[in-house]
Amino acid sequence: MTTPAPLAITHLTVAYGDKTVLWDITWQAAPGLTAIVGPNGAGKSTLLRAALGLIPSIAGEARFFGRGLAEVRNRVGYLPQRASVDWDFPATALDVVCMSRYPRMRWWGRVPKAERDAALGALEQVGLADLADRQIGRLSGGQQQRVFLARALAQDADLYLMDEPFAAVDAATEQAIIAVLRRVVASGRSVIAVHHDLSTVPSYFDQVLLLNGRAVAAGSIKSAFTPDAIARAYGGRLNVLEQAVAEGGLR
Amino acid sequence: MTALDFLRLDLPALLAAILACGTCGLLGSFLVLRRDSLLGDALSHAVLPGIIAGFALTGARAGLPMLLGALAAALLAVVAISLVRRVARLESGAATGAVFTSFFALGLMLMEATGARSVDLDLDCVLFGQLESVVWLEAQGFGSLLDPTALAALPRQLFLLAAVATVLAGLVALLWRPLHLLCFDPDYAAAIGLPARGLELALNLMVAAAAVAAFEAVGSILVVAMLVCPAAAIRLLTDSYRAQVLGGAALGAALGALGYALAGPLPAAFGQAFSLNAAGVIGTLGGLAVAGAMLLRQLRIAPPKPAVISG
Repeated sequence: MTTPAPLAITHLTVAYGDKTVLWDITWQAAPGLTAIVGPNGAGKSTLLRAALGLIPSIAGEARFFGRGLAEVRNRVGYLPQRASVDWDFPATALDVVCMSRYPRMRWWGRVPKAERDAALGALEQVGLADLADRQIGRLSGGQQQRVFLARALAQDADLYLMDEPFAAVDAATEQAIIAVLRRVVASGRSVIAVHHDLSTVPSYFDQVLLLNGRAVAAGSIKSAFTPDAIARAYGGRLNVLEQAVAEGGLR
Repeated sequence: MTALDFLRLDLPALLAAILACGTCGLLGSFLVLRRDSLLGDALSHAVLPGIIAGFALTGARAGLPMLLGALAAALLAVVAISLVRRVARLESGAATGAVFTSFFALGLMLMEATGARSVDLDLDCVLFGQLESVVWLEAQGFGSLLDPTALAALPRQLFLLAAVATVLAGLVALLWRPLHLLCFDPDYAAAIGLPARGLELALNLMVAAAAVAAFEAVGSILVVAMLVCPAAAIRLLTDSYRAQVLGGAALGAALGALGYALAGPLPAAFGQAFSLNAAGVIGTLGGLAVAGAMLLRQLRIAPPKPAVISG
């Protein structure tokens, strides 16, 4: 008996105006920790956003756990890019994490205690319980990234789509975040994350999707994250450092 | 100035100024938080053809048809803006600018063509409103405040303003949390299943309703000022969503009252003969409020609530 994949994408094609960004992507994510890797403009964020229905697609569809998104929305968590919002916004860290629970609350009145506690618990998981009442603009970049992680966790989902969870954070924060992601996966959930640092892909992730407008390679790190596939994904654009990683860093 | 003059001339206009500016101040916070302040400008102009159409169809300056016409025009404008943005792939400022100027110009043409202009609406009214014409001639004394027949003769603009203010305040309370998320992170709102598009449309229509209700009393210049200035001033002074939204409304109402008083009644009370256009004074105070907030912020003496407006 096979359980449906957390995310299965078939023939997904997405364009901005007349510029096609994703061509006929067909891909199944296995359970576990999966990286989406590719050069700038490869359509990594677009893939997540199209799967979530945030941008229209020309063709194709995304199924979550074998169902349409509308049916299983509460099983799918999302972590957008940190740069996509205004961090000067009047809200505390706790306010932002509570946002993930809005679909479970009435739209007015106080946040129920149970929901507040769930949000606080998520902040605790990322080590920010002390800063719950701090305005988000007064947090460091790494702390802001962890607030977004806590907000995703507080959705209490079975699959998390994360757009660059490691963007612009220091090494300590990166370790803290990967530790949280491993705990999430250890509890039987799945994470799909857009990732930029080729050198850490093998140590952080179980599976990979190499993307460059098209799905170049996908599967376990061992089978799919090969120097050849990386070179194909990055084409002529692989820089010296990435070249070194692709050739020497992986075995 | 006698008490009777105050009741007949100043009280209704003062109330109209407070309601109009308070309502615009309430919704302005959402525009400022979404970094889309000029949408208020756009919507308050784009509603003109709807107002004229409502006026032309009923042949009278009745509040409700004009409000409904304005909301229809606002809806069309919002849809047109997003269409232009998507189809022509213009950046949103250009799309907004192209749509609202066309709508406003269309409104001016309609005004000429339907003869609305010659009757009762003219350019001065569009720009500055008619705050000074909001009068309550039936007032016989303070007893009239408790007399139902006299109260029923209060200027109809007041009823419309009060009704719109009440409905909008209720809607803001009802949509308190979704609006917070919509302003912060609309994509995330959509991703977790909140009706983000619908909320956005609702918010735009609420802004349009506030603009229209305020428009006739205080004119389009002041509507724009009150949609942006109070909220922008508060934005510089607080990190709390609640203080932002409620403070925007309170500052708007306070500016309305103060501006109206400074424009005529106060100088008159001190025996001065001059009086100014109330809308102009209120709008100027709006700018001063923002400047004052900037100063306060610079001095880092941001109090929990901005109590003093230098001006």
